[in-house]
Amino acid sequence: MDSVAQRLSSVGAGAALELRGVTRLFGALAALTDVTMTVRPGERRAVLGSNGAGKTTLFNCITGDFPPSSGTIRFFGEDVTHFPPYERIRRGLRRTYQISALFPGLTVQDNVYLACRGVSRGRFSFLRPGQNDALVHAAETLVQAVHLTGVKDQPVAELAHGQQRQLEIALALAGAPRFVLFDEPAAGLSPTERAELIEILTSLPAHIGYIIIEHDMDVALRVVESVTMMHNGRIFKEGLPQEIESDPEVQELYLGAGHE
Amino acid sequence: MSLAHDARVTVRPTAAVQRSKLRGWPEIDNPAAWTMAAILLIMPLIANGFFLIEIFATTLILGLMALSLMFLAGYGGMVSLMQLTIAGFSAYMVAVFGVSGNANISLGWPWWLAVPMALALATIFGTLGGALAVRTEGIYTIMITLAIGAAFYYFTNQNWAIFNGHTGINTVATPHFWGINWRSDIPFYYIVLAVAATCYFAVDYVARAPFGLALQGVRDNPRRMAALGFNVNAHRVAAYAFASFVAALAGVLQVWNYRQISPGSVSVGACIDVLIIAVVGGITRPIGPFIGALIFVLLRTFALDFLVKLGLDGNRFRLLIGLGFLAIVFWSSDGVIGLWQSWRRRQRSGAASSSGRHDRGSGQGSSHG
Repeated sequence: MDSVAQRLSSVGAGAALELRGVTRLFGALAALTDVTMTVRPGERRAVLGSNGAGKTTLFNCITGDFPPSSGTIRFFGEDVTHFPPYERIRRGLRRTYQISALFPGLTVQDNVYLACRGVSRGRFSFLRPGQNDALVHAAETLVQAVHLTGVKDQPVAELAHGQQRQLEIALALAGAPRFVLFDEPAAGLSPTERAELIEILTSLPAHIGYIIIEHDMDVALRVVESVTMMHNGRIFKEGLPQEIESDPEVQELYLGAGHE
Repeated sequence: MSLAHDARVTVRPTAAVQRSKLRGWPEIDNPAAWTMAAILLIMPLIANGFFLIEIFATTLILGLMALSLMFLAGYGGMVSLMQLTIAGFSAYMVAVFGVSGNANISLGWPWWLAVPMALALATIFGTLGGALAVRTEGIYTIMITLAIGAAFYYFTNQNWAIFNGHTGINTVATPHFWGINWRSDIPFYYIVLAVAATCYFAVDYVARAPFGLALQGVRDNPRRMAALGFNVNAHRVAAYAFASFVAALAGVLQVWNYRQISPGSVSVGACIDVLIIAVVGGITRPIGPFIGALIFVLLRTFALDFLVKLGLDGNRFRLLIGLGFLAIVFWSSDGVIGLWQSWRRRQRSGAASSSGRHDRGSGQGSSHG
């Protein structure tokens, strides 16, 4: 595909994520049309838009769950458009799912351990990890970070919804993430849980950038520095949180008259 | 939220500690497992040759085939109906490469060359079949693997150059060395027991190793596994390779047991028997297939006499198996193991409520219900 020289030169471009003309068709339906956006390393951005605006499809194209019909996606300068999802993940991309995508038959600890194992060597190892296994410790630390230590040996199927949402985030933070896509992490959370979520997001190391899809503006606008508005599969507006919030067109389209 | 899960912690603190202690070798503190192991070891003192071979060795061999299916279905969520075919292929290869009464076909290699060859070829065969099957999900996996099984059955029936058609290959030689005939009842029983025990512990061990955990992750949510950096299909194919090796071992034992192999042993009906054995026993734990195999072999051996006594056709033993299968699937989502576990749970909750009054800690009496 790319020559080495091209790839090297694009490394200098310095974007964490660069989408050019990304279009995704489902049959005749265009879920995404000509989306072009650039996100700096460490940048935190919200993607807003009504249902069907193409937000989750955008995530699916970036991670490779559904490859784009046309356009290119670069991740830290590397063209990953035709990579399978696991190759993108191994390069530092992470995502969470709108509807928790966990492993209900395994314990919390094993869920997180798998996430740590997935981005390191020995995925096919037939040897059980020992007591001092680095990844076991990494998983324990991560379980603690999302306040799930108390339930770490419980099967995930037994967890409460809020705990499952926290685990969902833990899975996306395993290894050395460079960029995370959060798909409605606050869905179904109580106000207290939302506060905890905000705390988790704002305390992420500064080099980890993310895009967050979130309907709750109180959550979304408190944890990001830039906002992209989507409408009917296209980028409709980009700007700072306060600009977007006060934009009359945005209010008309998305927030509706009944907001607040 | 933190309040909620702090409360949960106090509910089962001992369970958590015990479970993490048990991560090394399972069942080491389980007296029932030790008793079972002891009985199996001294079986030749208790049982006569008929029981030793026709019941127990046969159970262990069928159990091994069902174990390979249990590994794929229970941990990987892939129902493969070709595990018996892989075992049969391995059995044929032992007969073809080794020594048999059909000198025009068998190459006459010594067993210690023929067996590794058979294991390798059968594992490759199963892995290639798996590579085809992993491109499909659910019922299509069942259909593809059934198609491979059916194709192999008809091929063995019609191919005379290698598989000797419907007569199969007879009087297959069995190993003799160190002055022992390893196919005589007692040595053969111990060989089968050793292989079955090794495979059982291997499956149990691998289930908690990264490979086995990842396989269970693939079963629960393949899309998420890809989003964690796993190559899902590569994992599935590797699972087929491992399971095929187990099935291939069973095939070697099978051909040594009967000293012959013919298309009847790899028929579509026999493929489905393996599925029934695994489901009746339970596919969530490696012990399940062996329980299922014991039930199957006992029914197959004794139902005939029982039915004849009732004045029915003895060949209707499959009717009994079918009814048992229906009953178990109806009352338990996980075969005999499932029934046993729910019975243990009832016992435990009964014991917990009575011991609560006497202030005795009952807790997790059995970690391996």
